[in-house]
Amino acid sequence: MKFNIFTRRSSWALPYALFLGFFVALPLILIVIFAFTDNQGVFSLQNFVKFVTQPEAVNTFIYSIGIALVTTFLCILLGYPAAYILSNRNLNRSQTTVMLFILPMWINILVRTLATVALFDFAHIPLGEGALIFGMVYNFLPFMIYPIYNTLQKMDHSLIEAAEDLGAKPSTVFWKVTVPLSMPGITSGIMMVFMPTISTFAIAELLTMNNIKLFGTTIQENINNGMWNYGAALSLIMLVIIGITSLFSDSEEQSQNEGGII
Amino acid sequence: MVKQNNTIIKIEHLSKSFAEKVVLDDINLDIRRGEFVTLLGPSGCGKTTLLRMIAGFLQPDSGVIIMEGNDISDVPPHRRPLNTVFQRYALFPHLNVYDNIAFGLKLNKVPADEIEKRVRKALKMVSMTYYEDRDVNSLSGGQQQRVAIARAIVNRPKVLLLDEPLAALDLKMRKDMQMELKEMHNTLGITFIYVTHDQEEALTLSDTVVVMSDGKIQQIGSPIDIYNEPVNSFVADFIGESNILNGRMLKDREVEFIGHTFECVDEGFGEDCAVDVVIRPEDIYIIANAENAKFTGTVKSCIFKGVHYEMFVETDKGYEMMIQDYNAFDVGSTVGMFIKPSDIHVMQKERVCNTFEGKMISDTTVEIMGSQFECLPCGAKEGDDVIVRVDFNKVELLDNKEDGIVMGEIEFILYKGNHYHLTVLTDEGEKVYVDTNDIWDKGDFVGISVSSKDLRITKRV
Repeated sequence: MKFNIFTRRSSWALPYALFLGFFVALPLILIVIFAFTDNQGVFSLQNFVKFVTQPEAVNTFIYSIGIALVTTFLCILLGYPAAYILSNRNLNRSQTTVMLFILPMWINILVRTLATVALFDFAHIPLGEGALIFGMVYNFLPFMIYPIYNTLQKMDHSLIEAAEDLGAKPSTVFWKVTVPLSMPGITSGIMMVFMPTISTFAIAELLTMNNIKLFGTTIQENINNGMWNYGAALSLIMLVIIGITSLFSDSEEQSQNEGGII
Repeated sequence: MVKQNNTIIKIEHLSKSFAEKVVLDDINLDIRRGEFVTLLGPSGCGKTTLLRMIAGFLQPDSGVIIMEGNDISDVPPHRRPLNTVFQRYALFPHLNVYDNIAFGLKLNKVPADEIEKRVRKALKMVSMTYYEDRDVNSLSGGQQQRVAIARAIVNRPKVLLLDEPLAALDLKMRKDMQMELKEMHNTLGITFIYVTHDQEEALTLSDTVVVMSDGKIQQIGSPIDIYNEPVNSFVADFIGESNILNGRMLKDREVEFIGHTFECVDEGFGEDCAVDVVIRPEDIYIIANAENAKFTGTVKSCIFKGVHYEMFVETDKGYEMMIQDYNAFDVGSTVGMFIKPSDIHVMQKERVCNTFEGKMISDTTVEIMGSQFECLPCGAKEGDDVIVRVDFNKVELLDNKEDGIVMGEIEFILYKGNHYHLTVLTDEGEKVYVDTNDIWDKGDFVGISVSSKDLRITKRV
């Protein structure tokens, strides 16, 4: 076969490999190169030194992680009961209800956030930190509900019966069986919520009238102002944090790969 | 009364329906302390529903479950003094073997050192010592089953419920586990309620077998009673192999079937009464000398089954009989046979023809099974309530279900030596019984039709 490069099955993967190379690997390499060079293109650690020595940047970074943690925590607190009710055959039998909860995921995040701003204006609620957290939770809640709903729905119902049979009252069944078994869904939900919230900037801009800066905002401002090297260094720091989170959840999911939408 | 005190669970008039379908229909059952009771029946007979109701996972529509004198019908499962071994094991995947078994004990606040002692003892009982720290997902099916049993018995329940616990195991493993379960029952001395569809398993393990079908108890008895004295053709067909034949009780101790008259031991059926006759294949003796035999036949097939040969013999009057014998007889050869009087089991027929309640629509149309059938003028007028009888062999089954007047699904097939006796369930949920020579499969959809002259109509009063 002369032209076997086109007929071999492995060559079908070529377009995807090219896509990955150009749009994932190359930008990542560029970020690393930019982060470790100064604006003359010479190797340097000055971007990182700048980050560590500038209290403003570090504070924004810590504040962003704080906001992301609060958002994730609130999403679990609100999302878990919602997912539990949706997956419980005695409480909900309709697929439409599930759809209604998932539907906001398909609407553009900016549209939703602008609508939230309008709503706050209409109700004369001042924008600020409270509005920011509300907006974050509102935007990311479906990403928490869906993976948890998925694991709960796939859970073997006889396990709950087994626990009841062994003498567990309903609350004990919930804490000793249902919650531990839905951990893959919770982990998946945390990843879906925590990671994007660290890098969000649009929500923060719109819902705080640009008064509160998140880490994503800092990166965006630096890039916009031509500070590519510093912006790249900040992006790299964020990527490392995200990378650490995903490693942590990977090891948890290895045994029970029942995750959600990712 | 002594016997009353000995009853641990008493079930009275228990009924349950799921969306119009009756799953349990007026179940009454007494279970004695320490007894090994098996609920046996084909899938969908209600046996698992009954077990789940005893465990407390399902609420009865009516009726009560009494345990040691107390009505437990409304007691939630976690407060019932019984434990279940689930069909798919239902081990907690997030706990190791030790924590799975200790789950119930920890909930009951048993001291830690006693938990450890009891878990080890339970593991030893199911031959799983040294497996405490293993992840349950790494165990084989048989090992998981052992852990599931240990998890249940470690709580020392008064009654152990087992829902087809061995169904997922391979044959060899199943046989071993059967023996171990029986031994465990003897050692523990607690009551076992066991659900299975495997009749051999039921006969091997049980003190008492409860045969169920269609949400009703068909027969309760010891394995020997159930096997030797089945009360109806369903039980006879379900338990072991059997030849079930139409017969006629001529007088006491004399029955006619397969075109011959036999001496038997049954009495009290009256004279000239239609009956079902059950002959176990091992109870028909083949003798080489055909002249001295009661009846003769031709060997149609002969298959080696390990211990015995299984033969199908066509008798001189055209009936097919299954016979098991230690000796093989050549296919095509003529053999003589006889049956001992005590091996002939005579049963009352449950019905001799189809009986429907209906209503006259006009002089020549009658409505039965929710559809209109043409009939001959019979004197009944429009609007009269009537009883319509149709002989089994007068019901026509059609391949194309749209061609019939009523549609149905074949639910049960019984071979009667020279014809099939089918139970057909109509879309309206009525049962039609059909005698036919055609071969149908269970689950086939058929059209049902009856010619106008075969509807025997009488007025209902």
